Amino acid sequence: MQFLALIYSAEGKDDVDFDQLIQQYMDFEEELKAANVDFSGNALQPVSTATSVKLRNGQQQISDGPFAETKEQLGGYYLFELDNLDQAINWAAKIPSSRYGTIELRPVMDIE
Amino acid sequence: MTKELAHHYRASSGLIIASLMKSCGDLSMAEDAFHEACAQASQFWAERGIPDNPTAWLMTASKRRLVDTFRSNSLKVVSEQLHENDLESSLEIGLAETDHEIPDERLKLIFTCCHPALKPETQVALTLSVLCGLKVREIARAFLTSESTMRRRLSRAKNKIRVNAIPYEVPTGSRIEQRLSAVLSVVYLIYNESHTAYEGQTLTRSDLAKEALRLSSLLRVLFPHPEVDGLHALLLLNESRKPARVDNKGRLVPLELQDRSLWDAKMSSEGCELLLETMKRGQIQKYQIQASISAVHCQSPRWEDTDWPQIVGLYQQLLRFESSDVVLVNMAVAYAYSGAVKTAYDLLEKVQARLSHYQPFHAAFAHVNGELGNVDLSKKHYQIAMDKTSNAVEREFLRNRLTSVSDN
Repeated sequence: MQFLALIYSAEGKDDVDFDQLIQQYMDFEEELKAANVDFSGNALQPVSTATSVKLRNGQQQISDGPFAETKEQLGGYYLFELDNLDQAINWAAKIPSSRYGTIELRPVMDIE
Repeated sequence: MTKELAHHYRASSGLIIASLMKSCGDLSMAEDAFHEACAQASQFWAERGIPDNPTAWLMTASKRRLVDTFRSNSLKVVSEQLHENDLESSLEIGLAETDHEIPDERLKLIFTCCHPALKPETQVALTLSVLCGLKVREIARAFLTSESTMRRRLSRAKNKIRVNAIPYEVPTGSRIEQRLSAVLSVVYLIYNESHTAYEGQTLTRSDLAKEALRLSSLLRVLFPHPEVDGLHALLLLNESRKPARVDNKGRLVPLELQDRSLWDAKMSSEGCELLLETMKRGQIQKYQIQASISAVHCQSPRWEDTDWPQIVGLYQQLLRFESSDVVLVNMAVAYAYSGAVKTAYDLLEKVQARLSHYQPFHAAFAHVNGELGNVDLSKKHYQIAMDKTSNAVEREFLRNRLTSVSDN
């Protein structure tokens, strides 16, 4: 089954500098590969680049900014192929940003 | 008859649901099958009498219901998870009463129900429902909430377990300590609910104490660990004071005012002996320390005889495992009674802002200020403590304290 790991943290408040963080993420992905875990994932541009869109009465309503203003922002995600929540928790706790941010785990809905 | 069925239902619930979980991997499905089997039993047993081994009867009937569900639903995904052999062998036994051994799968079920991905109050409710076989109505009443709210909470929990594939297993390796601690805190929460006696709630709540003791005894058999024994000792020691904890009007009596001759000496010495044996193993953690504190109280013939310096020492140890405000306030109280009133004052003064909502803080701060001769402050905090308690006996006790401060 698939789990989406949503990586939330306060933008610009990482506990190490950017290059170091990237290296840590690369190491993390090496560990996933070594464990034969199927995954994909990306980092996102900051919320200042976000655009929100909705369709009301057939009209597009477009606004500048994220869906909701929050203290911690969605900064990236991973999609893991795993057996259960305990495995997902173990991997989530290894995501470098879990040290200072929060990882939200959501099982992907299985629609046959 | 119904009463007898209810007894067997309660006694078998955890065992059977755990075993069904092994076959189907779905808690709701396992529970439904078991409940249908109980309904069937009430009819069948009324006609033919209670079988020699009611648990085995209910187990076989539950498995049959489970097979029926699979057949009628022909749920592809679920039937793949189904262990056909397991079901077939149980079907061969049929509905006749048998003495066949039911493998104990309850430990896995406890760990599933107390998974940290569920809110603590949900873990508690789920454990009471699945393992103790309490009805939703009973759980709702015990937690002062409506049956429909409790039903929603339970079904949300079971759904979360299902869609996240929360594993049905005993955790291993480095996770075990953390997960065990979640299980123990659920049992302790269940116990504490029983003696946070709200007025008029005493009857339902003493049942919760029994359930907590039943669970800790079960854990001792299924998962031997010093902290499991520590928790069981703690529950026995606390429970031994129960006869004095509630007055004849059903009101809670504070430790200080309890008639100690009413305490259950047999239960308390059982707790003390278990605690001593456990502590010899040298892995002393928070439940064993809390049990030790409880033991000091149990062994004091009168409130005035309490060995407060020893209690202070125990709270200091406890703080290393659990640095909560509750522990801090209790430690301050122990300091005050041991004579170190200024230390107690400093401790409480530091956390004053944070604990202004916490009733025991005000009672403690009032006492300490009274001892130091700060009459106005003492009166002020006794008044707040009185306003914040819903318990008439305690309010009366605080009022007397308030009056005696004013008199000095």
